[in-house]
Amino acid sequence: MQRMDRTALAARVARDIPEGAYVNLGIGAPTMVANYLPQDKEVFLQSENGLLGMGPAPAEADIDWELINAGKQPVTLLAGGSFFHHGDSFAMMRGGHIDICVLGAFQVSVHGDLANWHTGAPDAVPAVGGAMDLAIGARQVFVMMDLLTKAGESKLVEKCTYPLTGLACVSRVYSDVAVFSVGPEGARVIEMVPDMTLEELRGMTGLPLEMA
Amino acid sequence: MINKIVDSMAEAVAGLQDGAAIMISGFGDAGAPAELIEAVIAQGATDLTIISNNAGAGEVGIAALMKAKRVRKVICSFPRQNGSHHFEARYRAGEVELELVPQGNLACRIEAAGAGLGAVYTPTGYGTLLAEGKETREIDGRHYVLEYPIHADFALVKARAADRWGNLVYRKVARNFGPIMARAARTTVVQVAEIVELGALDPETIVTPGIFVNRVVLSSAPATA
Repeated sequence: MQRMDRTALAARVARDIPEGAYVNLGIGAPTMVANYLPQDKEVFLQSENGLLGMGPAPAEADIDWELINAGKQPVTLLAGGSFFHHGDSFAMMRGGHIDICVLGAFQVSVHGDLANWHTGAPDAVPAVGGAMDLAIGARQVFVMMDLLTKAGESKLVEKCTYPLTGLACVSRVYSDVAVFSVGPEGARVIEMVPDMTLEELRGMTGLPLEMA
Repeated sequence: MINKIVDSMAEAVAGLQDGAAIMISGFGDAGAPAELIEAVIAQGATDLTIISNNAGAGEVGIAALMKAKRVRKVICSFPRQNGSHHFEARYRAGEVELELVPQGNLACRIEAAGAGLGAVYTPTGYGTLLAEGKETREIDGRHYVLEYPIHADFALVKARAADRWGNLVYRKVARNFGPIMARAARTTVVQVAEIVELGALDPETIVTPGIFVNRVVLSSAPATA
């Protein structure tokens, strides 16, 4: 079985982003999706700290610490890009103007509940940022994650046990071994990596999965 | 003649009282008014409530306020980050209370205060820990949480340029919370890299009209184009 690594997964997500989409890429692995968007298509990247039309990382000499993304990394602005304040930025999300957001997750339920902000550990210092706004605001929420935790537990679950970020908000899960749709009808398998079987996926997740 | 420009950082934060609620602009370091925060430390007010996206990182800005033990409560969305050790130490010691607010709810609660609204119904956070115990309502088939405005005694904001009436323009993503915080505080103080003549700012591009600004002070940091 050939698992997809982070870059292959980012490239796979990028294939499902159509030209003209307004897209927010979450902090961490989702940011890598930007590297695989086709050069000949225009996709609008939004960053919640106040820019639309975000471009790639600058050359060392052009780094400007007042031109950063939500992960606080230096970025550039494309021709036609714009700056705006936080009220406008979150109106873009909450108001349903963002077509797709791509987020990481601790767990996703078969009905699309998302847990990605807090492990629930009592001694953890909690931080939420814009995760809850993105989760419920974007028209489609794509999650990028490994299917299993390091301990071998499925992160695609019947019901999340970690604190929720949003209810019934995820539409697709892109994992290292399969792509799933989730929602009111439960989880369905859209595609699998070569040599993976439905039976094996059922075993890994403990879920009665069917093909979409 | 109206002149909102003050001569020193000390004058900019004069009148700040113990127990005050202070909004501080910035997303990480971008847009954080470091010199105004230093002035607050020098001024001596304590028992402060800080409303900001982050709770400080490294050794300057909000982190320095934490280190100086001037903060009683933080209202923010993302307190945990690289270098947020001063906040974490105070928080774990039980010396600082944390009200964790999703970033968009922080923005809309600040906007509500500035716009004179009594509250907002927001879909963000519904069904999560951060909405526990809060009033909810179903409107047109969607669930919302009732969230109240966040007001402040002072807003400390960083902008690129101002004129003597307090009209402001910002620079790139350093704008972030500045425009909405400027509207939500009783006294708004702005640190700028450049002061320009009245009329020099294009009225079509002024981001914060001077009505929302009380004091302007020139930063000693060099201006960036």
